[in-house]
Amino acid sequence: MLQAGEWAYSETLKEHFMNPKNILQGENTDEFDGVGMEGNLQCGDQMMVVIKVDKEKEVITDCQWKTYGCASAIASTSILSEMVKGRTLDEAFHISPKEVAQALGGLPDHKIHCSVLGDKALRAAINNYYTRNGQEDKVKKEQSKVICQCMSITDHDIEDAVLEGARTYFELQERTKLGTVCGQCKEEAEVLLEKFKHIHFGV
Amino acid sequence: MADMKVYFDNNATTPLHPEVKKEMIAAMEMFGNPSSMHSYGREARANVENARRKVADFIGATEKEIIFVGSGSEANNTVLSLFVCGSSQCIPGSKMRSSIITTKIEHPCVLETSECLGHRGVRVKYLDVDQYGKVDLDQLAGMLADDVGLVSIMMANNEIGTLQDIETISKMVHASGALMHTDAVQAVGKVPVNVSKLGIDFLTISAHKIYGPKGVGALFVKKGVPYCPLIRGGHQELGRRAGTENTLGILGLGKAVEMRAIEMPEEEERLLELKYILRNGIEESIDDIHFNGHPTDALASTLNVSFTGVEGEAILLYLDIEGIAVSTGSACASGSLDPSHVLLATGVDAELAHGSIRFSMGRESSRKEVDYLLNVLPGIIERIRNMSTAYIKGGLHAAGR
Repeated sequence: MLQAGEWAYSETLKEHFMNPKNILQGENTDEFDGVGMEGNLQCGDQMMVVIKVDKEKEVITDCQWKTYGCASAIASTSILSEMVKGRTLDEAFHISPKEVAQALGGLPDHKIHCSVLGDKALRAAINNYYTRNGQEDKVKKEQSKVICQCMSITDHDIEDAVLEGARTYFELQERTKLGTVCGQCKEEAEVLLEKFKHIHFGV
Repeated sequence: MADMKVYFDNNATTPLHPEVKKEMIAAMEMFGNPSSMHSYGREARANVENARRKVADFIGATEKEIIFVGSGSEANNTVLSLFVCGSSQCIPGSKMRSSIITTKIEHPCVLETSECLGHRGVRVKYLDVDQYGKVDLDQLAGMLADDVGLVSIMMANNEIGTLQDIETISKMVHASGALMHTDAVQAVGKVPVNVSKLGIDFLTISAHKIYGPKGVGALFVKKGVPYCPLIRGGHQELGRRAGTENTLGILGLGKAVEMRAIEMPEEEERLLELKYILRNGIEESIDDIHFNGHPTDALASTLNVSFTGVEGEAILLYLDIEGIAVSTGSACASGSLDPSHVLLATGVDAELAHGSIRFSMGRESSRKEVDYLLNVLPGIIERIRNMSTAYIKGGLHAAGR
């Protein structure tokens, strides 16, 4: 008979879960140049990322974090904190959830959504740095476009729904209520659904 | 590697009792079809009926009231599905009484079947529970009316262990003219269950929760109560459940209840003592916790605890590394986005539901195992809290300390 299989996680992820890197010790964030927090406890995931920045070169020199969440949430913040060190703020800003998942050696489909908060929190920390340093002009808003006017659902909402498991238009509607009033956005939403499925899951 | 292996997930499933294993190994030689008239068949028939007698005796039923089925889920599906019959041929009056009542804390096999029945024209009403998981009897009294055909309420909850007063509920249900079903999968073999004392019409049993094999269960249907099979096409089980009998499983179930009858009374006291040691130990060594379920009216084996600011899957996996097996009500472990529906129904907030761990002990659980768990758990919780946003400046729980 077969022995107990490994966890549903890769060895890299398991290593980062068992020995997380760069955990922010204590509660003090004063010595950091940027602080970002995303998610909430009620939803089961919350991440905080703090960064130190070489102001001359605009390069991240240190990145620490706290995470409330499951193994993949903990491991993805841990590996993200390793990935960003030495990157410029602009490079770090554009790290995608897919890159994080790849660095972890892949994530089970239903766990992808656990890892998307890390890069969001990182972007919040970078924006926080810009704000603190009088560079408000550099603060990059998450640009989003309203797709479903009736229910005010954006392309980001569609992306989140895909990351949380929606694979069909019906499932997208179940999660977002998109297209449940006039239905005019169906075509555009379906194109985005396919796009995000392709980007995140290669299907 | 971990020093010790501790299995505290007995509500999920149990190891085979050594006596059950022996019985099943012997039964592997017996391959006859109980429906055959020759000696092979007669041997199988005699043993299947012997097992039926054991199950019937164990819950105070008669042999003809016991139907062997493939699982607890099948038994529950069978009972609920009686009420979608468009004609009144099988269940007289079912057209008039086409509503069913169940609770918000049932096993998914009852909740999802109820939802499906809803789509097929049955009116389903869901009872609330209080903070301990007890059904609201006043609400039930208000819901019972002459349109209600069936009430289905679990006897012991799998997640929090809370026991319902099925005897009182049965009386109320019968007074209104409806039939009463209880999913007793977590109760039979752990607390005394007598069908005539409880006064119920249907009761569900599963073998693998009481040291029997997986893939077999039993449904009690009170004599004279209307019935219609879910799986049709054969004369097996008096025409009530088609398909050649799972002789191996049935013999295993028979032996399992036989052993329960011997071991259960002493075991309940022992487990209760272990539970209090575990409960007190957690309370003394870990701050910011919340116990879920009823403090006294609950299974002796089951303790459900929420740890503030910690997500359950992380606890489960760190405990797994230490060789300890438990389960969690967190969404992350279930693959859905919602935490335990049972805990939410008791009014626990979502964060505490995400941070819940169920310890379910069994006949092999020992003081040594509880001590080992108590030795390991505080460090794990502290470690996770140290990396949790819930415990930072301005965070939710930092403010409360």
